Amino acid sequence: MGKTIAGKIFTAHLRDTPSPTNVVLDIDVVLCHEITTPIAITDLMAKGLDRVFDPDKIKAVIDHVTPAKDSKTATQGKIMRDWARRHGIKDFFDIGSNGVCHALFPEKGFIRPGYTVIMGDSHTCTHGAFGAFAAGVGTTDLEVGILKGVCSFREPKTMKVNITGNLPDGVYAKDVILNIIKQISVNGATDMVMEFVGPVVDTMSMESRMTICNLAIEAGGTCGICMPDRTTAEYLWPFIRESYAGIEDAVIDFKKWHSDPDADYASELTIDVTDLKPQVTFGYKPDEVKDVTEMEGTPIDQVYIGSCTNGRIEDLREAAGILADRKIAPTVRGILSPATPAIYSMALEEGIIKTFMDAGFCVTNPTCGACLGMSNGVLAEGEVCASTTNRNFNGRMGKGGMVHLMSPLSAAAAAVAGHITDPRKYI
Amino acid sequence: MKDFSGQVLFLDRNDINTDEIIPAKYLTENSKEALKPHILEDLHLKGFNHENDIKGKNIIVTKANFGCGSSREHAVWVFEVNEINVVIAESFARIFRQNMFNCGMLAIELSSEDIEALFSLGPQAMLTVDMEHNLITAENEQDSKAAITFTLNEFDRELVLAGGWLAFADKKY
Repeated sequence: MGKTIAGKIFTAHLRDTPSPTNVVLDIDVVLCHEITTPIAITDLMAKGLDRVFDPDKIKAVIDHVTPAKDSKTATQGKIMRDWARRHGIKDFFDIGSNGVCHALFPEKGFIRPGYTVIMGDSHTCTHGAFGAFAAGVGTTDLEVGILKGVCSFREPKTMKVNITGNLPDGVYAKDVILNIIKQISVNGATDMVMEFVGPVVDTMSMESRMTICNLAIEAGGTCGICMPDRTTAEYLWPFIRESYAGIEDAVIDFKKWHSDPDADYASELTIDVTDLKPQVTFGYKPDEVKDVTEMEGTPIDQVYIGSCTNGRIEDLREAAGILADRKIAPTVRGILSPATPAIYSMALEEGIIKTFMDAGFCVTNPTCGACLGMSNGVLAEGEVCASTTNRNFNGRMGKGGMVHLMSPLSAAAAAVAGHITDPRKYI
Repeated sequence: MKDFSGQVLFLDRNDINTDEIIPAKYLTENSKEALKPHILEDLHLKGFNHENDIKGKNIIVTKANFGCGSSREHAVWVFEVNEINVVIAESFARIFRQNMFNCGMLAIELSSEDIEALFSLGPQAMLTVDMEHNLITAENEQDSKAAITFTLNEFDRELVLAGGWLAFADKKY
C-alpha cells in the first residue's frame, strides 16, 4: 500500500510513537502571533522554561490587532517583541513589515514542500497549499513547539478531493471550497487531511490554492494539502534557487512528496466545477451555503475585502476589475485590508488601491482585525457584512452582526449594488 | 490529576464553536483568570443564561462537533478556571479535543445513545468519571442511575495522568 503526501511527511518527521495511534513529529517551522503566543511565553517564563528550541525555526508576527488599539493589545505586542529580542528570533514582523500571518509567512518563503508547520491559529491549514503538513494548534502545543520543536498528532487519515471540469468566469477558488464544505458539512473532515487534487487544482495559482486550503478547517480538517509542482517551485524560486540547478530540478525533487497512486484514502469526493455558480453563506455556519442567485437582493451594511482567505494580490485584482469606474452604494461601508505590505505595495503600483479609493473604499493597513471582530471594522448589532473572510459564526465580526462569506468578486459586486448580487453581471 | 466529578451542565446543541465559548474580544487578556466571568457568554442556546446556569457545574455534556472553529486554548482555560474539567460529547473538533488533553482535562466521546441517556437524567444529574475503570457513573435526585463505559486513547490518558502535554514533553523530549 502506497502513502499519501501527509503520510510521507509524517514518516520523514517521526520523533516518537507514544501509542499505536499517536505520533510525535519534529516540526520545521513554529509560527507565532500576538493573540495565542504571549500566554505561552508568560507560562514558559513562570515555569522556568523560557527557552526556544531553535530561533531560526520560529517566525513571529503581530497581525491580529495592529497598531495596538488599547493597553491590553499593546501589552501583547510588547511581550512578543521582548521575547523575540531575548531569544534572537530574527524573523519577527512588527509595524511596518507586518501582515496577516498566513499571507505573510508563505510570501517570505518560510513554507516549503514536505515541511511540518504548526501555529496557534486554526487557519494554519492554509500552508498545506505548498505541499506541507500545516496544522493549527492550541497554546500548549505551541509552548511545546517553541521549547522542544515537536508536536503530537493522531495518525492522519486523508480525504481526497478531486476537483474537475472548468471554472466558469466569475467563479473562483472561494466558491469551490464553500461548495465543498456545503457538501461535506462543518465536521465532514474532522481528524482528516483534505488533499486537493485534479485538473482545476493543477492550473490554480498558489494564491487560489491557499484560499482552498485555508477553509479546510471550516470542514473540521486538520490540514488542506496540494501536491507541490511547477507553480509551487516558481512561487518559491527566489528562496530555493541556491538549492537547485533550475526550476525543473525543483519540480522533480518535489515529486518525492506526491501521494502514491495506490495510497490509502479514508474517503474520496469528486466535484465538477463546470456548472458551479458563485457561492455565498446564508446562516451562522460555513456549511450553510447557497448559490449567489438565491441570495440576490439581501441588503448589506459593510463589505470587507481582506484576511488570510482572500486578501492577496489576485483577490484584489479580481475585486478591482469590478470596482473600476464604479462607485460603491452610498449605504455601504467598504473596507479593504491588503494582507501584507508587499501586496499593498504591489496594489499601489498597479493602481488597484486608487481604484478601491475612487470607488469609495477605506483602505486599512494589513491586519486580521475585522475578521474576528477585534478591530478595524467591527459590526454593530443587526448589521450585515459581505465578507471575503472565513467564518460566519453568530457575532464573529461583532455581537449581533451577520456575516455572508463570499469571493472577492462577489464582495465587490455587493459593494456596488448595495446588496448581495451575482458578480457575473458586472464582468 | 484534576477532579473529574460533579454536577452536569447540559448543552443541547451541535457545533458549539469556540467564539461562543469565549468571544474573540477577550483574547487580549494575558491571564487565564481574567476569562472567568465570560464563560459561554455568546452561546446561542435558547433559555441559556451564562451568568446563572454555570453555577455549581463541573461537567459539560453536549452533542456533536463541540469546540469547532478557532484554535484558541482560551476555550479550555475558561472551563478550567470555572472548575469544569470534563466535557462529554458525541464528537469534538480536533484542536479543542487536543487542547483539553494538553491541559490534563478530559474530552470524552460517547455514542449518541449514551449521550441521550445522560440527557434523560435531567438537569440535576451528578457524574463521576472513573479513569481507572473507564466508567462514568451518573445519578440524579430521583436516584435514577446510569453506568456508561468509555474508551480513552492511551496517549490522551497519559497526558491526563501527567497533568498535560508540557509536563509530559518536557520530561520526554
